Amino acid sequence: MIKFEVNGNTVTSDSPDDTPLLWVIRDELKLKGTKFGCGIAQCGACTVHVNGLPTRSCVTPIAAIQDQSVTTIEGLATSEGEALKTAWVDEQVPQCGYCQSGQLMQAANLLANNPNPSDDEIVEAMNGHLCRCMAYTRIKKAIKAASGGGEA
Amino acid sequence: MAIRKKELQISRRTFIAGTAGTTLVMGLGTLLPGCSREDAVGDMAAGASKRFAPTVWFELDGTGALLVNIAKAEMGQHVGTALARVVADELGADWSKVSIKHVDSDPKWGYMVTGGSWSVFTTFTMLSQAGAAGRTVLIEEGAKMLGVEPADCKAVGGSVVAGEQSVSFADIVSKADISRSFTEEELGAMPVKAPADRDLIGKPTGALDIPDKARAQAVYGLDTELPDMVYAHPLIPPTRYGSTINSIDDTAARDIPGYLQTIQVSDPSEFVQGWALVIAENFPAAMKASDAVEIDWAPGPTAAVTEAHILTEGEKLTADASSGALVVNDGDVDAALQSADKTISGTYRTSTALHFTLEPQNALVEYVDGVFHIHSGNQWQSLILPYLAKSLEVEESQIVIHQYYLGGGYGRRLFGDQMIPAAQAARELGRPVKLIFQRAEDSRFDCVRSPSVSQLHASFDGDGALTAIDHAAAAGWPTLAMAPGFLADGVDGNGKYDTFSISGADHWYTLPAHRVRAINNELAQRTFLPGWLRAVGPGWIGWSVESFMDEIAAELGEDPVEFRLARLDAAGKNAGAAPNSVGGASRLAAVLRDVAERSGWGKELPEGEGMGVAVSHGQERNMPTWTACVAHVAVDPETSKVTVKKLWQSIDCGTVVHPSGAMNQAEGATLWGLSLALHEGTAFEDGEVRDQNLDTYRPLRMADVPELDIKFMESTEFPTGLGEPPLIAVPPAVGNAIFAATGTRVRDLPIRL
Repeated sequence: MIKFEVNGNTVTSDSPDDTPLLWVIRDELKLKGTKFGCGIAQCGACTVHVNGLPTRSCVTPIAAIQDQSVTTIEGLATSEGEALKTAWVDEQVPQCGYCQSGQLMQAANLLANNPNPSDDEIVEAMNGHLCRCMAYTRIKKAIKAASGGGEA
Repeated sequence: MAIRKKELQISRRTFIAGTAGTTLVMGLGTLLPGCSREDAVGDMAAGASKRFAPTVWFELDGTGALLVNIAKAEMGQHVGTALARVVADELGADWSKVSIKHVDSDPKWGYMVTGGSWSVFTTFTMLSQAGAAGRTVLIEEGAKMLGVEPADCKAVGGSVVAGEQSVSFADIVSKADISRSFTEEELGAMPVKAPADRDLIGKPTGALDIPDKARAQAVYGLDTELPDMVYAHPLIPPTRYGSTINSIDDTAARDIPGYLQTIQVSDPSEFVQGWALVIAENFPAAMKASDAVEIDWAPGPTAAVTEAHILTEGEKLTADASSGALVVNDGDVDAALQSADKTISGTYRTSTALHFTLEPQNALVEYVDGVFHIHSGNQWQSLILPYLAKSLEVEESQIVIHQYYLGGGYGRRLFGDQMIPAAQAARELGRPVKLIFQRAEDSRFDCVRSPSVSQLHASFDGDGALTAIDHAAAAGWPTLAMAPGFLADGVDGNGKYDTFSISGADHWYTLPAHRVRAINNELAQRTFLPGWLRAVGPGWIGWSVESFMDEIAAELGEDPVEFRLARLDAAGKNAGAAPNSVGGASRLAAVLRDVAERSGWGKELPEGEGMGVAVSHGQERNMPTWTACVAHVAVDPETSKVTVKKLWQSIDCGTVVHPSGAMNQAEGATLWGLSLALHEGTAFEDGEVRDQNLDTYRPLRMADVPELDIKFMESTEFPTGLGEPPLIAVPPAVGNAIFAATGTRVRDLPIRL
């Protein structure tokens, strides 16, 4: 049995050690905001925070998060997270919306470490996230708007 | 196009409005035989009707809240917001009290399809008339309550107002007992607002689906669950058609906890051939067991087909003057070619491209009391329903498709073929089945954009004047594979063709002679299921037409913008017609002039840089969205790496209903065009697509986004399509810019220098 924390609550899973965290989050804990995209850590749709660090849950076995702390989009309550969610609406970012929770988790980590990222720093942080609708210009704009400096 | 006309075919429409408790139900639709208008009002008021089929249905409750039912799929275009804005504007509703609901596949909603960039175009008139009819009813009742004449009232912001007095819709709906209807003729005479009187259409607003999506609370098909369901993962055969299973060995899977069994799928509709499904209590077990199950397949006849085979076949077909069906046959092309002083030719090829919806294909199916309940996001319920009925050998009335948000559509979810094996399994197993594709399976089962070949010839007379263009294009045809009833007849009465696979070749340039042939690439057709990928035919036809126009301009030594403008004279058949194409080619010329001016067309550029231009008329000649694109590229002389520095677009889609959503679509479609030009493309190898995941299939990322400058032309003309058209001119604009920068002509997509 693997024991870990999700969004501040202690949870356990009896699934095999190699079970990807993604499916435990989605199907055992019923937190559906984290998405399945490519399954090989290349699209970013499954991104959660493990001890605050963006992590691709589709390739993370639950054995690796024993006693660790996981945050999903549902538990993203940091000031950066809230600012981003607000900016996402203000800037009308999502199209189909499917990749957005992963984008938000990555962006929240960026702003936590770098409250005023430059355009290049945003691109560097976000380039691993595929938006198939290609709403990239608004994603960038919203991160700027949510950053300490606000929209230029 | 025949498919979108299906929506409009119903001959007689009626508007009804009836009080149901404290709700006013309003609908515009068709009375079925034996149903009077009074019956329909009563039925709708009772909450349901089998005798009235509303294509528009909205409800105003006792608090003044307006619910608008949406029969279109939401896949990022914010379609519900746009459609509800049209109704609410005419109704005079309070937008802050508007909500939308995406409905299931009940036949009462009529023909259900979300594609072709049609949604606003095909429903705008109906929604406007229904809204205006609702306003007429509310004003009549409000006027009675205020003791004034209806002519002295307006409906504004959710109230009926007469001078200083007003009564809210909430009060009207709560107190009045309404039972009204309007005939088709009365609807046609409804006082639909003049553009200047609109309160919501064209005005800024947020999309209704965005708050949930920004908080990850939107529910997609993949997110649905039912009690006691099992998971299924597909084992896909080596060819799309004709593979059969010799044997299945699941010995190694039996030790995997949660693994239940592996079943074969039999599909009388023949879209799912040679499949097995791995069934497990959870999805990780299904994935693991899928790796452990050994299947021995007898591969189908296309197991050795490659991309080169398909393209070579396309080149052979386009060179054969006897192949295909005539789509355009203006003037005497043969005479012009035979008497030509000079001819030039170009063969343009495009590679296979994947939809790669980020939400992989999935379906949850429950078979209960003889009815299949299918939970899955879908764009064309009316297409898959008959195939499901054929596959399951049941009546269509025994199948209900429940709609969810689509994690990307782009045409992939026009076909719901993944529902077939899920439904088969649900009946066989007696438990709800949730079928999920992993990415490689999703790519292998994709209805890809067919590889294509276009061959063009231009002839010039002794004075160097252009005398004719002859165009032949060959590809796999989606409509032939999935909806053959919608194939069009050749203009000379011979043969049939897929309008979706040639649209764009019937352009708005005035030419002395012009011929277009559409040819089915039968090898492509047999090897895979050709699909409709965002922008469909124009997405690759435009590549050939607009690259070749550039080649002709270069041959004549003319400026590419001036060359095009001279032929966009709106003469003859290019004059346009009300309401869809008012102004004709003059509007295409206008966007071209606008984009040339804004981009500084003709300015001096450094060595190794160039600007290219291209235009398009969107998805269909009869639903033109006028776009013009300029690309500014730099080509590294050492590495030949192409960097797109900036893209300008000028777009005229008539009235823009939802400006923010429109710009979002335009930006996304523009970048899709760039992605297909430079980043995306795969190839058939051994009968299957080579690139199946993001390790090798690489759509455009944030780092690849150039500066964008996109403008919508001010217009109050009839709204045309928008989700796809801004894609079309981007690849040829980039290719033409590469020619300007380097003198090298590129003719293949994706572009590889």
